[in-house]
Amino acid sequence: MSAVEPIIDIVRPEPSLFWQRLRRNRAAIASAAILVAVTALALLAPFFEALLGIDAVRVDLFNQYATPDFTHWLGTDEAGRDVFVRLLYGGRISLLVGLVAAIGAAVIGTSIGLFAGYHGGRLDTLLMRTTDGVISLPLLPLLIVLAAIDLSKVGVPDSIVNSEMASLYRIVFIIAIVGWTTVARLVRAATLSVRTREFVRAAEAMGSGSTTIMLRHILPNVVSPIIVATTLSIGSVILLESVLSFLGLGIQPPVPSWGNMLTNAQELVTRAPALAVWPGAVIFVTVMAFNFLGDGLQDALDPRSMRR
Amino acid sequence: MLPFLTRRIAGMTIVLTVMSFVVFILIGLMPGDPIDIMIASNPDLTPADGERLKRLHGLDLPLWERYANWLGGLVSGDFGFSRAYNRPVLDILLPRLGNTVMLLGLSSLAAIAIAIPLGVIAATRPQSPVDSAINLFCFAGISVPPFWLALVFIMFFAVTLGWLPAGGMGAPDIGLFGRLEFLVLPVATLTIASLAGYTRFARAAMIEVLRQDYIRTARAKGLGPGRTVFGHGLRNAMLPLTTIIALDFGSLFSGALITETMFGYLGMGKLIYDSILGNDFNLALVGLLLATLVVLIGNFLADMAYAVLDPRISFRALEAA
Repeated sequence: MSAVEPIIDIVRPEPSLFWQRLRRNRAAIASAAILVAVTALALLAPFFEALLGIDAVRVDLFNQYATPDFTHWLGTDEAGRDVFVRLLYGGRISLLVGLVAAIGAAVIGTSIGLFAGYHGGRLDTLLMRTTDGVISLPLLPLLIVLAAIDLSKVGVPDSIVNSEMASLYRIVFIIAIVGWTTVARLVRAATLSVRTREFVRAAEAMGSGSTTIMLRHILPNVVSPIIVATTLSIGSVILLESVLSFLGLGIQPPVPSWGNMLTNAQELVTRAPALAVWPGAVIFVTVMAFNFLGDGLQDALDPRSMRR
Repeated sequence: MLPFLTRRIAGMTIVLTVMSFVVFILIGLMPGDPIDIMIASNPDLTPADGERLKRLHGLDLPLWERYANWLGGLVSGDFGFSRAYNRPVLDILLPRLGNTVMLLGLSSLAAIAIAIPLGVIAATRPQSPVDSAINLFCFAGISVPPFWLALVFIMFFAVTLGWLPAGGMGAPDIGLFGRLEFLVLPVATLTIASLAGYTRFARAAMIEVLRQDYIRTARAKGLGPGRTVFGHGLRNAMLPLTTIIALDFGSLFSGALITETMFGYLGMGKLIYDSILGNDFNLALVGLLLATLVVLIGNFLADMAYAVLDPRISFRALEAA
């Protein structure tokens, strides 16, 4: 194998080979199916709401803790709201936060990794020391401080601060600015190996600027680690969002997210244990699916990393 | 050894200083400032009194000067007072620090003690059903929301079975042995969170090591499989694992914050969380710095363990690295 590989592009295998390898990984395929199903259900939330004749935000104190029936498939919560439909709406938020924050973190991490890997030298040392420093910090307490900051004190316009979606923008932003480290390290490592290749040398000899070389010649060749790391980080972002929302610092009610649906669950464990089970189980399954998919993508994109 | 220590301590000081500045700015951006809170809680104070109080406490100064004053106080041993407890912050933080260090210590020991055998079992039987089961367990451990795991433990072991307390620390005079039952669930929750990651790394490191020539040599000269795996394999696989554990101390502390909050365990994580939410600025600030220091010391100890585990690496080599 090693006799042939260096001539073909190792970092970007043939698309057909990629699909063949991915198809053989049953866990990854099952995970992809689960994620498609979860996403579809979340997108169809208004449809289910109409179908079952439910209003997901309406508080109905005469119908607290209802047991599951044909209208309320998973029963109702402490405010008489339907748990199933709220899970679907919560899924929209949690998946959206996961996707957008992971992509944001990937963009930051890719820029830093490309820069550090291509330019090298003292800049590289500084950027990588910073990355190592951020990785080793206790991040959750810092995130809690960031989540508690008064946005109007940092000059965010009132129209955004007071909007219902302010907590969503904020959580995406703070997760992205601390979550870039993994991507940065991977992209830097890949950049270091790509930048010595002939086509990069050729581009340099032809007088291309460093930005052009990084974006046109290096970036396309480091896509695999970016895809893998981003997929894996969607899972960890969803976990982080759920923790912050659970602690009351993430997505603010009445907007549901999988994390804030669990906020009251702890006091209610004796009265309504089901309320504590469902959102957590959905987070668990979704995050696990992203992790299995990321792992499968890694094996399919980079045969050298295959589990031996 | 000495220059190595000096360099590490210098590095830690830089990280702590940068952290203190960042956190100082961030805490200043939290809603409400201490004087507003004083005025709100005391109807006799007029806005003019508020201005005078601000001057008295130096809060009308520019950010740089306020930071310099605060840092100067810190260096001379004045860590400030907690607003909520009305006591010096260190008096509150230090007992909590002990509880957190106990939780962190027990959990990382348990995680390492379980992860290494699991990793070795999986690595010596690649692709077997046992390996797949361990792999599945690892993915589950990485993917489970830690606060939800705590909730499930509370529901099952405290509510349904009634075997263990749902939280708290017990009476103060309960003694170390009496506190054990209050430690089981928090330690178990925190252990599972880090155990899964450690096991994956232990497996990967073992597989890498078992492919080396010296393992084949050991087998060829007639050494039994057990002694080969543990004497020659594990000893070498421990090195990359130590690095991972060192890097993991930060997230371990984050896990401790969640665990302590869930179980009402009186540790530093819960204290930091409560003080941020309760606008107790001094306590939050010093608490965060102390947490960072704990994590840095954890990293440092893991690096020391690396040098002890690897006879090829002396402290002189660490200096050069």
